[in-house]
Amino acid sequence: MSFRRRLSILAAGLTLAWLGVAAADAQDTLLNVSYDPTRELYVDFNQAFAKKWQSETGKKLTVKQSHGGSGKQARSVIDGLDADVVTLALGYDIDAIADSGLLAKDWQARLPNNSSPYTSTIVFLVRKGNPKAIKDWNDLVKPGVSVITPNPKTSGGARWNYLAAWAYALDKNGNDEAKAKEFVGQLFKNVPVLDSGARGATVTFTQRELGDVLLAWENEAYLSLQEFGADKFEIVVPSLSILAEPPVAVVDTVVDRKGTRKVAEAYLQFLYTREGQEIAAKNFYRPRSPELASQYAGRFANVKLVTIDQTFGGWRPTQEKHFADGGVFDQIYQKGR
Amino acid sequence: MPANATASALSDPAWMRRLLIATALTFLGLFLLLPLVAVFAEALRRGVFAYWVALVEEDALAAIKLTLIVAVIAVPANLVFGVAASWCVTKFDFRGKNLLITLIDLPFSVSPVISGLIYVLLFGLSGLLGPYLKSEGIQIIFAVPGLVLATIFVTFPFVARELIPLMQEQGSEEEEAALVLGASGWQTFWRVTLPNIKWGLLYGVLLCNARAMGEFGAVSVVSGHIRGYTNTMPLHVEILYNEYNFVAAFAVASVLAMLALVTLVAKTALEWRFGAELAATRHK
Amino acid sequence: MTSILKKPSVLPGFGLTLGFTLSYLSIIVLLPLGALIAKAGSLGWFGFWDAVLTPRVLAAFQVSFGLSLVAAAINAVFGFIVAWVLVRYQFPGKRLVDALVDLPFALPTAVAGIALSALYAPNGWIGKPLNELFGLKVAFTPIGIAIALTFIGLPFVVRTVQPILQELPPEEEEAAVSLGATRGQTFWRVVFPAVLPALVTGFALSFARGVGEYGSVIFIAGNMPGLTEILPLLIVIKLEQFDYAGAAAVGTSMLLVSFVMLLILNILQHWMRSRHAR
Repeated sequence: MSFRRRLSILAAGLTLAWLGVAAADAQDTLLNVSYDPTRELYVDFNQAFAKKWQSETGKKLTVKQSHGGSGKQARSVIDGLDADVVTLALGYDIDAIADSGLLAKDWQARLPNNSSPYTSTIVFLVRKGNPKAIKDWNDLVKPGVSVITPNPKTSGGARWNYLAAWAYALDKNGNDEAKAKEFVGQLFKNVPVLDSGARGATVTFTQRELGDVLLAWENEAYLSLQEFGADKFEIVVPSLSILAEPPVAVVDTVVDRKGTRKVAEAYLQFLYTREGQEIAAKNFYRPRSPELASQYAGRFANVKLVTIDQTFGGWRPTQEKHFADGGVFDQIYQKGR
Repeated sequence: MPANATASALSDPAWMRRLLIATALTFLGLFLLLPLVAVFAEALRRGVFAYWVALVEEDALAAIKLTLIVAVIAVPANLVFGVAASWCVTKFDFRGKNLLITLIDLPFSVSPVISGLIYVLLFGLSGLLGPYLKSEGIQIIFAVPGLVLATIFVTFPFVARELIPLMQEQGSEEEEAALVLGASGWQTFWRVTLPNIKWGLLYGVLLCNARAMGEFGAVSVVSGHIRGYTNTMPLHVEILYNEYNFVAAFAVASVLAMLALVTLVAKTALEWRFGAELAATRHK
Repeated sequence: MTSILKKPSVLPGFGLTLGFTLSYLSIIVLLPLGALIAKAGSLGWFGFWDAVLTPRVLAAFQVSFGLSLVAAAINAVFGFIVAWVLVRYQFPGKRLVDALVDLPFALPTAVAGIALSALYAPNGWIGKPLNELFGLKVAFTPIGIAIALTFIGLPFVVRTVQPILQELPPEEEEAAVSLGATRGQTFWRVVFPAVLPALVTGFALSFARGVGEYGSVIFIAGNMPGLTEILPLLIVIKLEQFDYAGAAAVGTSMLLVSFVMLLILNILQHWMRSRHAR
């Protein structure tokens, strides 16, 4: 029970703890700061990697996990949470960390596939039998349909939801921005609760039985089926959705200070190996490796996916235009009330 | 005027008494008792075994231990402060005293979220002292010290608030007499003042401890939410809740609720004792 | 040190205790609060007001202050009844009920939050019948927030009113009755004015606590901007958008309001004491 020992050391050295002097670790430890729906994925992945690390180096490895809304997690890292690696919901949040100087600005080019070892998309979760007959995005703006999504200002997943709806409206209206704004505005008029994170929204929909449809990460939707039973909910795949690329990165200043760069980099690279990709696929993330993608093809619906770079020109301008204070999302909300 | 007429005009008619008692009990039942019952009912929904398993799980135990560690540091710190502050406020008359009392009360009316935010602004990496502390290898927020500081802040006035009115009421004659008879300052404090205020002190500590163990908003901002390391019990409740593990969430919540009940029992017991002592001091 | 003493005292320890009190106060409270104000100040005078006077922040002010007022008003009425029943009447289990009143002080707010949202959700014990019978939605609406704030504010009213009722000399009521006043007149002209300052104090305490409350509310509030978004949540949201100065500005404005509330409270208590002495 190394943890118990660690705690008793802590208790004995309360004065030390008070001063905040961090005790040196005898073994390798990593802190992975991640977003909400990856809890189950990283429980499996950490176990597999720790085993591999021990067999290769003979050292015991403990991976500590922190989960929360993507923006909140990035904020903690900026404020000094000692994350060796960050695995967040969207590139903008890691950009924000890079802006504070904690890691190199070109972080996204350092690993394959835009540093996103797995992808996901946005799908609908509806109640069994689909009583409101929801098939596509345009069903969500109908009167009397209640839509559950988290708050795009605080939740990474919700930003993907919002952008997927926007992309659908652009596609249907010949790239007319004003029409897209109107469409998304109407959609958000049907939203009765804005939880701050993806997990909160799922709990609201599944446990509190609020709403007719939940806009969710694909992996989160499948997980809900698994957790709460396929006899209660169904997944509906819209005609068009967005390719969500949750990125990962090593936090340079932290690993250099703690001397954990080697293990941190190996950790992220392991995500790209066959074993890592398989764990991701099992947890309903779309694997990048073509080989596994075809192996698990039956698991994921074939849907037309747009990307943030093509349709929106990347995260920074998107964040600025849509989600910053006074941006399109704020305007929608002020007009709506 | 006949005595019984006066008595009846002084007391309420029976129907009104019943009505008011019924109103009060319904209100309390609906607003206080029912949520308490709900916690235990939800915790035991899958049976006693599932409840027990949820409590002895490694991360839950870590959260319980961390909560105890934080309380063990924060409460004594505020205890010492409370005694010192009440001594200087009640035994002396000085300029700016009222301002001092107001400032001591201030954390009480500050939103818990702000209590966390201020330490982030001070000790965060983009804060005032953060970069220096980081270069020295000192971690305040997202570690035990930050949790302790935020907890001390929210429980800051609890002991002082209990002691100040009590010591004001008691005056300083006894201490003055002891000093005249040749006792030293410390002797006077230990032998005269402390016995007089011990119950009030305990009362304050009890309230302080309850709040320290149950604080959510402030510690949530400074915790970093590292599972098994920087999650106190209330934070662990939230995490479990977000993992769809409702039985476990309510199980940990029920431990906190039991703690609250123990606090209430101890407090009521103290009120019996303490009430009598206070009355005795007043009559002297 | 002793020069600021208004009158000399034979008691020792003034320098020691005042010094310790001031240093501890400075390190724990004043310095961090100073950091908050400094951060808000970094926006400049106009930037500060720009950050605070946005429609969203103003709406959150309205939600937090409006619903805290509602909750404090509910508590003033029912808290008074509870205090009255506890002081004036005898009934079985009274001591238990008396102890229960302090539950919101002792119960962690997060626990209260999940318990209340489990109760009042559309499929909860209370939420379900309310929804089915009256079509009334409680959780995730302003009503839910008001309920959470009522929960945490109740003991403030009961515990300030109760001692005053207890110490009310029976002679005044007896005198009123012997002068021919009815029970109702006695209550409104003798009892109520005596208790009023305490009631107002309890109301103000309950209100002040409600404005800052976070843990119990976020689980049951729908967090809709402009409708059920409370001020503390808005601070958290601003933080998550890396808008530290904005968060600090909202925090500072709340702090300002709390400080004013506290001042009013102290004046009230002063007024109460002087009335009491009279």
